[in-house]
Amino acid sequence: MGTTMFEKIWARHVVAEGPGGQTLLYVDRHLLHEGSTAALVRLAGSGRRVRRPDLSFATADHYVLTSPGAPAPDAEIGSMVASLTAHTARQGIVFFGRGDVRRGIVHVIGPEQGLTLPGMLLVCGDSHTATHGAFGALAFGIGSSEVEHVLATQTLWQRKPKTLRVTVDGRLAAGVAAKDVILAIIATIGAAGGVGHAIEYAGSAIRAMSMAERMTVCNMSIEAGARCGMVAPDETTFAYVRGRPFAPAGDAWAQALGLWQSLPSDPDALFDREVRLDAADIAPTVTWGTSPQDALPITERVPDPAAVADPVRRASLARALAYMGLAAGVPLTDVKVDRAFIGSCTNSRLDDLRAAAAVAKGRRAVVPAWVVPGSGLVKQAAEAEGLDRIFLAAGFEWREAGCSMCVGMNGETARAGERVASTSNRNFEGRQGKGARTHLMSPAMAAAAAVTGRLTDVRRL
Amino acid sequence: MEPFTRITAIAAPIDLPNVDTDRIVPARFLRKPQGSPGYDRFLFHDVRFEADGAEKPEFVLNHPSFRGARILVAADNFGCGSSREAAVWALAAYGVRVVIAPSLGDIFHQNCFKNGLLAVILPGDVVTGLRGALHARPGSTLSVDLDSQTVTAPEGAVHRFELDPFRKQMLLSGQDEIALTLGYEAQIAEFEARQA
Repeated sequence: MGTTMFEKIWARHVVAEGPGGQTLLYVDRHLLHEGSTAALVRLAGSGRRVRRPDLSFATADHYVLTSPGAPAPDAEIGSMVASLTAHTARQGIVFFGRGDVRRGIVHVIGPEQGLTLPGMLLVCGDSHTATHGAFGALAFGIGSSEVEHVLATQTLWQRKPKTLRVTVDGRLAAGVAAKDVILAIIATIGAAGGVGHAIEYAGSAIRAMSMAERMTVCNMSIEAGARCGMVAPDETTFAYVRGRPFAPAGDAWAQALGLWQSLPSDPDALFDREVRLDAADIAPTVTWGTSPQDALPITERVPDPAAVADPVRRASLARALAYMGLAAGVPLTDVKVDRAFIGSCTNSRLDDLRAAAAVAKGRRAVVPAWVVPGSGLVKQAAEAEGLDRIFLAAGFEWREAGCSMCVGMNGETARAGERVASTSNRNFEGRQGKGARTHLMSPAMAAAAAVTGRLTDVRRL
Repeated sequence: MEPFTRITAIAAPIDLPNVDTDRIVPARFLRKPQGSPGYDRFLFHDVRFEADGAEKPEFVLNHPSFRGARILVAADNFGCGSSREAAVWALAAYGVRVVIAPSLGDIFHQNCFKNGLLAVILPGDVVTGLRGALHARPGSTLSVDLDSQTVTAPEGAVHRFELDPFRKQMLLSGQDEIALTLGYEAQIAEFEARQA
């Protein structure tokens, strides 16, 4: 019987089999951001040192203000960046800080710099670390205690999860994006559908995707409950990685390539679970509720709690509609929005900005609309091809790189009751600010909502 | 880490599924250091308190009978979403030592054990039954015993739960996991030598 890609990568990182079914795994790459600082502080306090500062890389993203010109934040928010700056310097960890064009969202710059490579075990104190699985890496988010453990030992104790293959075959229709694919997957398996599993995304629709699109899909694995999601590396992957600053070169490249080509799951590998979707069934999708599983095609109506038999599900749905300020049965395209946000580790790469700009071009935003590039280099590349001018001419705000309004911790939030058409990953209560209402969608759909002032089917614009 | 052996305490039911860690501790509190004054008030802050700081009477932990609960009986996928360990720090600051649910967010689940919180997974019908009993008699206590891996319901029914021996031993001893792993230095160094 064959072996899955997940099992191959897992096996390559086993340091020791520990007690009680736990395995000590070696970490090839550890990415840090402001949220990791607490672990650096505890480590220093315990008198321990970072075992492998050369395998750790840090950036500032969660707490950096993204308004044009990148003004200094208030003292408390500013201290989050200052503290990371000081601790990484003390430990000899490379840090992409303010003023460095390489600075950006940790899950954008890892791949961009060639720090994310196929076959790696990569961790970061952030639940969207599965993004890096798009390269055929085993990448998952960890808590602050685990961050400290990795800093001190370069290893982690893990229990092997089960495997789940999600196969999407067929061709995506015009106007349907990678974001729609992952929202459809989450709506199918549920927000807890992947708990305890490592997901492999497969099928012709995934194979046909660019690296940016694969990253969008893998990014939201945690929204389906799975700590990691991955895509087999192929020529698309190798072409993306080749020539990146930290990628192997010369003889090392040839050697690495040999390993990477051996990573895909064997044809006869068995998965613990299999789920299949037909790409042709996927439409531009938006969320209406407060869990990413609350997603429907834009052509649908707000669901009716009265039509749900299960009392727990009915109560949950009613609460979500009350929070979202939505009435059952209303067509989704009648829902007015107050803002649009294009950015986040899900959708802030150059391809995403191009898709949004294609919609914005020649139109005019009727609500405040922010475009927040994923990194300084994404911003630079977008400006080189004139995307900034398209957005500015359309009345969108062109901002600096960072997590911004996805994450609600840097002061860049929506007001209570404001409804946001957002390309981010979470529509949780209060995620984009206390009382703020989030609808998740693709970059093209968010741009369409910005220019019409309501949820809009981009295919009909 | 405070060792865990057994506890008998008031348990509060959390009925909604998919309670995410943003709801357990809103993002704007993440810049406050762990253990800073008032940390227990960050727990469920925006569903627990009004803007003026007054309690929302409808929130379960504000009910006189459930106030100060040290055990939570939650629904599917409690603790999903963000990896923020502050969700566990806020629960611990409030005094919670046990979270019982049919399933938990994977990262939250791991974070619980790193902070001496016992995460108990029981079948959905058992957990629903426990929540029902707590609603029927608010203020009832549950007993959770780690050594025998059992939860004793208010009416006396005993439910055994599974737990991997490694996590159990770490909880019982309160041992520092990093110190334990540093005992594997030879294996780690050997692994690194093979990679080089």
